[in-house]
Amino acid sequence: MSEMRKIVIDPLIDNNPVTLQMLGICSALAVTTSLLPALLMCVALTSVIALSSATISLIRNRIPNNIRIIVHMTIIASLVILTDQLLRAYAFETSKQLSVFVGLIITNCIVLGRAEAFAMKNTVGLSFLDGLGNGLGYSLVLITVAILRELFGAGTLLGYPILELVQDGGWYQANGLMLLPPSAFFIIGCLIWVIRSWRKQQVEHADYQIHEVHRTDVY
Amino acid sequence: MEAYVSLFIKAVFVENLALAFFLGMCTFLAISKRVETAISLGLAVIAVQTITVPVNYLIYNFILADGALAWAGLPDVDLSFLGLVSYIGVIAALVQILEMVLDRYVPKLYNALGIFLPLITVNCAILGGTLFMVERHYDFGESVVYGIGSGTGWAVALIALAGIREKLKYSDVPDGLQGLGITFIIVGLMSLGFMGFSGVQL
Repeated sequence: MSEMRKIVIDPLIDNNPVTLQMLGICSALAVTTSLLPALLMCVALTSVIALSSATISLIRNRIPNNIRIIVHMTIIASLVILTDQLLRAYAFETSKQLSVFVGLIITNCIVLGRAEAFAMKNTVGLSFLDGLGNGLGYSLVLITVAILRELFGAGTLLGYPILELVQDGGWYQANGLMLLPPSAFFIIGCLIWVIRSWRKQQVEHADYQIHEVHRTDVY
Repeated sequence: MEAYVSLFIKAVFVENLALAFFLGMCTFLAISKRVETAISLGLAVIAVQTITVPVNYLIYNFILADGALAWAGLPDVDLSFLGLVSYIGVIAALVQILEMVLDRYVPKLYNALGIFLPLITVNCAILGGTLFMVERHYDFGESVVYGIGSGTGWAVALIALAGIREKLKYSDVPDGLQGLGITFIIVGLMSLGFMGFSGVQL
């Protein structure tokens, strides 16, 4: 039981796919201008990754090794098509906002990465949980960034006003930069800084140090 | 002609795939430590993008789109839901063919590109280019220009970032920001710079 819990909890902070393994960053940045599309993207990605890991694990002993990537791609692409059609049927407006990024789940490295690294070697149940955990780790980053961007960029959350804007007679001057691409990079950069100051073991070491006198604590 | 030039400039600078749409970020951050490797990868992406976008245009418009199979006597068939699977198949196959052709005729370039060529299959910038082409209804000429332009834009951003990161080795970065963190902040600043192009009209 504790092993299962570890598989789900570990990717949230300690082994987060976005901030530590540097995977799946593209969509993490692009759909975070407001919270609603970000939430939808999280649900879509988490279900695709959990289901694809489980499916690949189910047939892992029958996949010939040299064509495994094509097999993975086909399974993932079919699941993404399914998700895309469901979103178009039940959440058409938001799926328009997500534009090409639902389709791009296919090339999201987290999905293929988990298939290669975990699902090919483990049982169906564990692979499903591993996919779920990594999907949630990705969602955690996505939701944090989306909350910051929507709150400070437009003063709203899920479309409901939280900070009263100046043009509506309130006190908050909206920060337009938060809605533009650069802010996503800055926020994730700072998020990584916060996580790594908290969990020191994640710090990357520089190739070499210039100011060794002041920085002896590093080595 | 003018429209094509304007589309090219727009694809390279204003709508840069890496800095405005965040596509191909994983490779973008992982392979930007040295300028030389960045140049090889950039060239490979331009080549693949220039071929895949027009090829996927043909596939979409003559096989997949609503009513596209009219030439085969099936005007009521709509296969557009098969889009994603076909595009990724085309990309994987083209990368494989390109690899074999280069190996046979230009072994020098093949060796220079090495491992990056197969990795391009899972680069979201390539699939993203195709999806944008479909979403924006480009015609054949435009899809060729958009393929070249978007590939070039991605390569330019990658090489510029690699140049900056080479110099960054000499700077004293706080522990927590070392590596990935500071790279994100640099990319953010670059993206801010590229936004300056957004008013450019030809």
